[in-house]
Amino acid sequence: MADVPALGKDLTALEHLTAGQLRLILDTAEPFKEVSERQIKKVPALRGRTIVNLFFEASTRTRISFEFAEKRLSADTVSIASSGSSVSKGETLVDTARNLEAMRIDMVVIRHHASGSAEFLGNRIRSNVINAGDGKHEHPTQGLLDILTLRDKFGRIEGLKVAICGDVLHSRVARSNIWGLTKLGAEVAVCGPASLLPRNVEELGVTVIPRIEDAIAWADALNVLRLQLERMQSGFIPSLREYNRVFGLTVDRLERAPKDLVIMHPGPMNRGVEIDSGVADGPHSVILPQVTNGVAVRMAVLYLLAGGSPDWSQQGGGEA
Amino acid sequence: MRPLLLKGGRVIDPSRNADDVADVLLEDGRIAAVGRNVGTPDGAEVLDVQGRVVAPGLVDVHVHLREPGQEDLETIATGSASAVAGGFTSICAMPNTDPVCDNQGVVGFVIAQAQRAAKARVYPIGAVTLGQKGQQLAEFGELVGAGAVAVSDDGKPVATAHMMRTALEYAKTFGIPVADHCEDMSLAAGGAMHEGIVSTRMGLKGIPAAAEEVMVARDILLAELTGGHVHLCHMSTRGSVELIRRAKERGIRVTAEACPHHFSLTHEACVGYNTNAKMNPPLREAEDVDAIREGLKDGTIDCVATDHAPHHYDAKEREFDDAPNGIIGLETALGLSITELVGRGLLTLPQLLYRMSTAPARIFNLPAGTLATGAPADLVVIDPGVKWTVQPETFLSKSRNTPFAGRELTGRAELTIVRGQVAFRRTP
Amino acid sequence: MPSRTQLLDDRAIARALARMASEIVERARGTEQLVIVGVQRRGVELAARLKRLIDDAERSGVAFGKLDITLYRDDLQAIGPRPRVGVTELPDLDGRTVVIVDDVLYTGRTIRAALDECADFGRPRRILLCVLIDRGGRELPIQADIVGTTISTAPGDRVDVLVRELDGRDAVEVARDG
Repeated sequence: MADVPALGKDLTALEHLTAGQLRLILDTAEPFKEVSERQIKKVPALRGRTIVNLFFEASTRTRISFEFAEKRLSADTVSIASSGSSVSKGETLVDTARNLEAMRIDMVVIRHHASGSAEFLGNRIRSNVINAGDGKHEHPTQGLLDILTLRDKFGRIEGLKVAICGDVLHSRVARSNIWGLTKLGAEVAVCGPASLLPRNVEELGVTVIPRIEDAIAWADALNVLRLQLERMQSGFIPSLREYNRVFGLTVDRLERAPKDLVIMHPGPMNRGVEIDSGVADGPHSVILPQVTNGVAVRMAVLYLLAGGSPDWSQQGGGEA
Repeated sequence: MRPLLLKGGRVIDPSRNADDVADVLLEDGRIAAVGRNVGTPDGAEVLDVQGRVVAPGLVDVHVHLREPGQEDLETIATGSASAVAGGFTSICAMPNTDPVCDNQGVVGFVIAQAQRAAKARVYPIGAVTLGQKGQQLAEFGELVGAGAVAVSDDGKPVATAHMMRTALEYAKTFGIPVADHCEDMSLAAGGAMHEGIVSTRMGLKGIPAAAEEVMVARDILLAELTGGHVHLCHMSTRGSVELIRRAKERGIRVTAEACPHHFSLTHEACVGYNTNAKMNPPLREAEDVDAIREGLKDGTIDCVATDHAPHHYDAKEREFDDAPNGIIGLETALGLSITELVGRGLLTLPQLLYRMSTAPARIFNLPAGTLATGAPADLVVIDPGVKWTVQPETFLSKSRNTPFAGRELTGRAELTIVRGQVAFRRTP
Repeated sequence: MPSRTQLLDDRAIARALARMASEIVERARGTEQLVIVGVQRRGVELAARLKRLIDDAERSGVAFGKLDITLYRDDLQAIGPRPRVGVTELPDLDGRTVVIVDDVLYTGRTIRAALDECADFGRPRRILLCVLIDRGGRELPIQADIVGTTISTAPGDRVDVLVRELDGRDAVEVARDG
């Protein structure tokens, strides 16, 4: 492990991590899985650290997952859920950042509607910043927990064939998955209507599979993305009905798979749109293990970054 | 006013294809004589400009001076001072002020403020439509009568093809160009940067090249239909350059400008969410940069303009999506042009100076861009070889939003003369 | 130049472990309520050997556990940016006699962390500490109940316990800055 570069102050994207760093996080998540199985689901590792969950976009699932991760590490946590753009709220992200720093917050977990906002915050405060989803850019902990779940199932990532299905164009989960999987040697494909795939997506190292049936025939695992209803309203696809008929992961389609496909979904699901209940609740789905792994991965990330938290007792000096 | 004699410089007058070591005598605000051994009149001030280039003052046909309405970003006084610091003696002020320059009152105000500042000459560009709302034509006659030299709805495109057609036809009456900001809003809506691999990686909605090209094609066809003169603002894509090239071959009255950032930077400059690399049209791909340079070389693109767009530090200090578009450019244009165009051997210095003075003056019918005897005494003295580092805190503009901070450039204005008097002198 | 001295060779270690095994059974008054818990990493190997010795002598199947204390350390910064967290697996501890086994007892902080962690898994009736080497230098009021050998060391010294399973051989060595 000596040649793995340190993770740095923030985790804002998987794009910039090395394969070694990705493996470090995944390996560190393993013992944290065990902590969540104990009766007393707590270790004192981050005792006394203050962590703020700054959620500018509504999200129950990710926020709770982070909250549990933080509490299981014995940290003191505060969650701020605020909707609407920072501009309309009056206080800019810069001012929010400075206020947090003035309160000597050790770590900030941020979810925000603007791509680049986690990096923006990380460049302006000394606290560790963890990106819980910035606009359409990345959702690093989701990517990591998806990869951990695949590793649990298959024992490896290298050579694994993973198809990411759905609205890749607007998906930060897709981007994080693409970076993490390709760096660890998986073969990645994207599948969905062309109007929902970035025009130059192949330059990211993925192949395009236009039809879901072909993706099912090729892949070892499918990561099914949530289709947002706004896409229909903005004219990217004609209707949800057509989306389900042409691209939906239905029980029929899954039955024709040549192998035991593993089915993943970042949640929350639009049952009957991108995925049918029969599949989501079926034996191939690892959607619930994904959620369990989510807490362990987030504990690992918090733990690894905390090793480099700012030392507030050093005035002015405190380099993370 | 004392006569001014500039002695021993390399005098480049692109309007007459002249490039010799000569003296230039200025009297009563006009060029009195250009030649060797012109002779020193009594009481004349003599400036030794040996080793320097003496050229017609530069002309920038696309500047946002922000006054009236946003004087915290820039004023006509600071903007025209910034202009002469960059070597510009004439600039055209875009009408997207507050209130919009769509009536003789605002035109007159801009001219009066410029005269008070007594730096660069400022020629207002009036709006195409009232309030730039795209619904009703502004009174071109009144605007021109008050001093406007062109019309534009810049900031936005001329909204509909019908409106553009009418504007082109009506503008013919007054002999002025319609300058269009070419952007199809439905393709570009919500976009923060060029649509390409970088926008995909950064998770930002992109503006495809087609958003510009669709409007370029529209405007060219309407210019052909009407016989009017369309001037295409801030061209940025190789597709646009190609469309203009073919239009000119067919003899259509289209002229075009390009900004220094579009021949110096690519969309990679946005990486790290650098809001100082955010402007509209956005920075494009390397192939587009090459095409713009080539277009300036072969004349498809007639002139260099800056689209100088001051913004407040606070406005740019925010998430990329929310930051406003635009960068300042008056004080870096000459340096960037010499470094990127002359330095790469694409244009000679006289060819560049043609694109930065004579050509824009001709397009907009301005009394500038020439050192012919009797012409206004607007000149710039350039040190074409000096290496300098861009330090925005030293700019005369009120704003600092530039992506070139810290960059080393070659060439800049040392002395700028307007109406026969020194308007800017660089102190070492 | 640092010097390395061997304190115990493989036979000396085997003798010490044999004695420690019977001491454990004596202090625990039998094997029924006994749980042997090794502290990662070398403590686990030593604990496994002690369990085997006890099981052979008493014909028992003593309960066994592994404890990784990385997450309970009081010095997060000192871990560095790439900590390795090992496996923790513990049987039920309620009402049992837990013997914590580690290779070297020094400042006592590792054992304090181990005690905290055990408390999160249940409430033992009794906890005993068994170490191969007690090198003095305590920073906390912690004592070992069963000790292989006591030595005195200087703060700059390093005491290394090498075990066959991980290092290829059994030995206890002291490295001193010469």
